[in-house]
Amino acid sequence: MKEFLVDILSNEALVYTLMAVLPLLWVIPFALFAVWWERKISAHMQDRLGPMRTGWHGWSQTIADILKLIQKEDIIPSAADRKLFILAPYVVFIGSYAAYAAIPFSAAYIGSEINLGLFYVIAISSLVVVGLLMAGWASNNKWSLFGAMRSAAQIVSYEIPIALSLLAVVMVVGTFDLQEINRAQAGWFWNWFAFQKFPLLFIALVIYFVASLAETNRTPFDIPEAESELVGGYHTEYGGMRFALLFLSEYANMFAVSAIASALFFGGWNSPFGDFLSGPWWGLFWFLSKGMAFIFLQMWLRWTLPRLRVDQLMYVSWKVLIPFAFVVMIGVGFWVLAVR
Amino acid sequence: MIPQEISETLKARFGEAILEAKLEGVLNPSIRVAPERVQDIALFLRDDDHLLFDVLMCLSGVDYTAGKLGVVYHLDSMKRSHKITLKVEVTCDNPRVASVQSVWRTANWHEREAYDLFGIVFDGHPDLRRILLPDDWEGHPLRKDYRVPEFYNGMKVPY
Amino acid sequence: MEETLTQSAGVPGFARALKSEEIVINMGPQHPSTHGVLRLSVIADGEVVVDVIPHMGYLHRCFEKHCEHMTNYQQVIPYADRMDYVAAMSNEFGFVVAMEKMLKITVPERVEYIRVIMAEFSRIVSHLIAIGTYGLDIGAFTPFLYCMRDRERVLDIFEQTCGARLLYNYMWVGGLSHDVQPNFAERSKDFCTYFRPKIKELNDLLSYNKIFIERTANVGVLPADVAINYACSGPVLRGSGVKWDLRKNDPYSVYSALEFEIPVGTGAMGKVGDCWDRYMVRVREMEQSVNIIEQAAAKLPAGDVQSAIPKRIRPDAGDVYVRTETPKGELGYYIIADGSASPFRVKVKSPCFVNLSALPAISRGAMISDLVAILGSVDIVLGEVDR
Repeated sequence: MKEFLVDILSNEALVYTLMAVLPLLWVIPFALFAVWWERKISAHMQDRLGPMRTGWHGWSQTIADILKLIQKEDIIPSAADRKLFILAPYVVFIGSYAAYAAIPFSAAYIGSEINLGLFYVIAISSLVVVGLLMAGWASNNKWSLFGAMRSAAQIVSYEIPIALSLLAVVMVVGTFDLQEINRAQAGWFWNWFAFQKFPLLFIALVIYFVASLAETNRTPFDIPEAESELVGGYHTEYGGMRFALLFLSEYANMFAVSAIASALFFGGWNSPFGDFLSGPWWGLFWFLSKGMAFIFLQMWLRWTLPRLRVDQLMYVSWKVLIPFAFVVMIGVGFWVLAVR
Repeated sequence: MIPQEISETLKARFGEAILEAKLEGVLNPSIRVAPERVQDIALFLRDDDHLLFDVLMCLSGVDYTAGKLGVVYHLDSMKRSHKITLKVEVTCDNPRVASVQSVWRTANWHEREAYDLFGIVFDGHPDLRRILLPDDWEGHPLRKDYRVPEFYNGMKVPY
Repeated sequence: MEETLTQSAGVPGFARALKSEEIVINMGPQHPSTHGVLRLSVIADGEVVVDVIPHMGYLHRCFEKHCEHMTNYQQVIPYADRMDYVAAMSNEFGFVVAMEKMLKITVPERVEYIRVIMAEFSRIVSHLIAIGTYGLDIGAFTPFLYCMRDRERVLDIFEQTCGARLLYNYMWVGGLSHDVQPNFAERSKDFCTYFRPKIKELNDLLSYNKIFIERTANVGVLPADVAINYACSGPVLRGSGVKWDLRKNDPYSVYSALEFEIPVGTGAMGKVGDCWDRYMVRVREMEQSVNIIEQAAAKLPAGDVQSAIPKRIRPDAGDVYVRTETPKGELGYYIIADGSASPFRVKVKSPCFVNLSALPAISRGAMISDLVAILGSVDIVLGEVDR
């Protein structure tokens, strides 16, 4: 993709800028769609209809909401730390969006094919914690501070099971390069890593999925923004476009973790039928569909399960997920050695 | 135990603190007691084995007009299945009654409400402050001679 | 800066000065989980609650003072409705039973049966809200809407009978304002058949969910003797293992002719008297209410519901205290009459007010998330707390 663009434009700096902005073409429409989808899914699960008036079945509801948020008054609490308050949503967005640089959308397109791709994605998405802490502290609001403290503890603790479960896959492939990992799952769907080294990598998938719910502050781990306790947690004092940006970052983050799950465990841009229905554009289609399937699962869980208390959340991470992740990692390590 | 027996037990124990007993021909038999002895009587009512009044159902303040305020205690015994009402009368000039919150913890809030709305002061209550009205409200609204203040914190009060 | 320094010196209602690691958080009058306008000053050491000081009175509407200025005892009924606005029929029931005892009126059997059916519908409606909003506090968004959907069915029956969905002015001293429609018994039975599987669905979705149990079992344990000393009543008392229900222990109306059980907390998931027990008592009470409605609808006798309504209500001087079992607990009316047509004093003993007084005692040492769970399990309606 990069070579193709360089051929056309012959200005490398312009090409890099273009490729940095290209995933936005997916992220922003996706966020608009996902908000509508979430409202519809939650509505139908709750035996009601959801948005119905703004277009056919309310498809333009999100656009209407964005228009409303754009024209809102920008209120910053007078005792808030202005610089941090304004900066925080941008830091959160950067942390979520920068991960898209190394996500393999298709065999022909990846923002930057580095051989430490997976490592980079996990590392850069931790930047979100800094943004959340800034948002909570700068709001000068005890409730926001609570939300920020809880989210810092939660996200940092759940980084470990994520890393360990992904390491199990890396051990099988032998590289962090995401395109390489996708190529290693070529063929029919039983080649996907979720079904390899059964059941160890499947357990790794479950651990990763649960931990990624905590990374993105989704129920049952949404204690940092627990609406019924903290009103809004770290984003209580935010309104208008700042709130829209935080919201957009949340959905961008959701898709990023779903993308990693589908890339590492479900074949990424590979077609489930081997060579049938494969190719660069089909690859894009398969990749996005698998990501959306995980998004649906995340939304489904949000509207079904209650939320965990903060110490129970810590318990799940440190005393349940991490021991299991260690066992899986050791098991996979031995398996790989034995096969070689 | 029927109300007569309860009244006799109390009279035997407390003598002149038991002032009057209206037990016949009324829907709600009641015993009027001295205001300063209420706490001892309450303790006896709760702990005596034949009486065992373990629940204070309701504690109401009353303004009987003509300068008299009162407190009415409705007691119930879950184990012995009997009920009784205690009444206390005080004057507007000296509205002091002994607090029973150490006997039945529920009286804590009920006495605060009686203080808030009637101005009855409960001796021995650890935290007697207003409960339903704002802390800086003036006057005791449920008294019959209460007049709504014209201004509250600089705002004109309608009506 | 001066304000923050003096704030740490003392909090009204808190006995000592604050330590340096404690902060005062305000779960203010506007909060998604305080079930109305209740202000809780929470003194917290990190996530752990050191003390909770409730401040109420934001919804005080001077019910007792209004009653003294009525020209007719029947005028009290719409005001009584508005105390516990979630289960308005129960408030009316308590008042009319008290007045009928004072006036020594016997109402026709039809009136008694209809009142019992309405009171039990009101119990179901109140518990549905309690359970739904409790799930919402814990983070489960879906059961709330299922409960609202089922509640709509009951509200349709209420609307058919007296024209109102929430605040009815239906039970009058001596009778009812309207007779029920001819298909009332059949509609009630249909609702019971519809509702039983819904309770099972609710249990599958929420009650036995592992996360819900983790959040509510062993949280906010209220020992039985503390509950009795605080005069708690209703599901709060029964959740602590005390088998006490006024419909059986101090019966009124026709409850003695109907068969039903009293569910009691048993500590099935944790300690006796924890939040899960109180919650489960409410779920099981809904099942029992369905039984009561079916029996009463089958036995509904014919008659005139307005024959015993007195033309003029002028009770003899005297006082009466009558208590009834509302969904929240024991609602007591202490009415003093002075021989005129206006009440001299009407004092309402509100179960939510009394149950709320036990909140600080059971939530010290819990976490803030637990405080939300405990408050939800006490199930308060601020209209009744403040009157």
